[in-house]
Amino acid sequence: MGSMGMDWAAIQTVVWTLLKIMALVVPLMLGVAYLTYAERKIIGWMQVRIGPNRVGFQGLLQPIADGLKLLMKEIIIPSGANKGLFILGPILAIAPALAAWAVIPFTDSLVVANINAGLLYVMAITSMGVYGVIIAGWASNSKYAFLGAMRSAAQIVSYEIAMGFALVGVLMASQSLNLIDIVQGQSGGLHQWYIWPLFPLFIVYLISGVAETNRAPFDVAEGESEIVAGFHVEYSGMAFAVFFLAEYANMILIAALTTVMFLGGWLSPVSFLPDGIVWWLLKAGFVLFLFLWFRATFPRYRYDQIMRLGWKVFIPITIVWIVVVGGMMQTPYGHLFH
Amino acid sequence: MTYTTAIFYFFAAILVFAGLRVITARNPVHAALFLVLAFFTAAGLWMLLEAEFLAITLVLVYVGAVMVLFLFVVMMLDINLDKLREGFWDYLPLAGFVSVLLMIEMALILGSRHFGLEVMATPEPHPADYSNTKELGRLLYTDYVYAFELAAVILLVAIVAAIALTLRRRKDSKYINPAEQVKVKRNDRLRIVKMQATQKPGAGEEGA
Repeated sequence: MGSMGMDWAAIQTVVWTLLKIMALVVPLMLGVAYLTYAERKIIGWMQVRIGPNRVGFQGLLQPIADGLKLLMKEIIIPSGANKGLFILGPILAIAPALAAWAVIPFTDSLVVANINAGLLYVMAITSMGVYGVIIAGWASNSKYAFLGAMRSAAQIVSYEIAMGFALVGVLMASQSLNLIDIVQGQSGGLHQWYIWPLFPLFIVYLISGVAETNRAPFDVAEGESEIVAGFHVEYSGMAFAVFFLAEYANMILIAALTTVMFLGGWLSPVSFLPDGIVWWLLKAGFVLFLFLWFRATFPRYRYDQIMRLGWKVFIPITIVWIVVVGGMMQTPYGHLFH
Repeated sequence: MTYTTAIFYFFAAILVFAGLRVITARNPVHAALFLVLAFFTAAGLWMLLEAEFLAITLVLVYVGAVMVLFLFVVMMLDINLDKLREGFWDYLPLAGFVSVLLMIEMALILGSRHFGLEVMATPEPHPADYSNTKELGRLLYTDYVYAFELAAVILLVAIVAAIALTLRRRKDSKYINPAEQVKVKRNDRLRIVKMQATQKPGAGEEGA
């Protein structure tokens, strides 16, 4: 009987965890769909165009129509491609983009897995996203795809260092790797958020996040005007859509991490309003708006300029600011950095 | 068999399989990808040992950075495996000697009565709020700070040496200086000339 009880408890845990994952992934996928809509609308307005307005009221059904279209299309596997890896590429792109969400807290209790090394986990999982791009580019057996993969590999490895160092600053300020503790370390109102003492790191993190997700102006891995569509030039149908989903899920992830680590997560900016997930959504939405704004504003960086910015500007800035934070913590003004 | 034991054997089987494929795969890119799988699985095993910092760092450093660069190089090379395998029998004696040595070393550790379970009991599992990272950091920066800093200095020397060895500046290639590019003012590049759109009456009539 005892073992029966154990089994029952284990089954309950598994079912409960699966339900929690579903409750996370379904809104996330909807968020991805409507982020593409928001992107097309906002960039449309910024460029004095209308944007999608034909499918449904104000074009609101456009992402659904796009998704259906891609589902119906044939997935063409080029005859010279490495078949197994060609299919593995999109899977490896989306898996880390979703797995990293496991530790992102929405409120102090709303999180799939509250683990004490959450920050490390996020860094490790997001660092694996590049494999999807590299494998896709190589397995396609196409020059453009391969060039895209090579560019992406070098770019992501470079910016990951700056990103990691920016997070070291957050770690120093919060003295915890747990994402919930990091948010709670910023409680007390707008002026307590880590964005102020860690402002240079915030800027570096935000820009590196744009580079990590291969978004404009750092989208040299796709570079339509140079290498057609880069690493996913040979992909069609749902296999292409999976890359698309991964890119947007990663964007929302970077926005979520920026919110949690620099903008106080679900905490209210002023003391007379209650904390709640609304603040989280507003802040993440604002960061996502910045992503779209960047895309509408800046021309694509040249490849050598990207490398220069990452290695010669961002990494030195982060190292200097880590030393500044560490030094200031030893002075009477140390409390400003906690 | 408990749940963790089952997971251990599952991970161990994948690790052994991936390790074997690293040396038997004919395509070097496949071999490198199997090495990635091996690292990831090894990280899973370390996680079972409650060494979460080491496990995550293994993924972060080896899977996320080292193997990416490794793949980068392997994908660019045109490796002829048949040519690589030509010397198999020549190297076999040396390789065999090294593997026997490794086996003896492992047997000394794993089979010895000085390191058995009777001598070194299984450590008690830590409570959920125990931070492996914090403990490791505390030890590295207090008890082992000199060894740690020595290792850091050696790494720094290695970085400088690696750059110094590979830094070759070609005389004939053209470079861009971004600082100069940014400093450029309008007047350095552009000269505005004021002139009339039409010619003065009376002048140039013979040309028309």
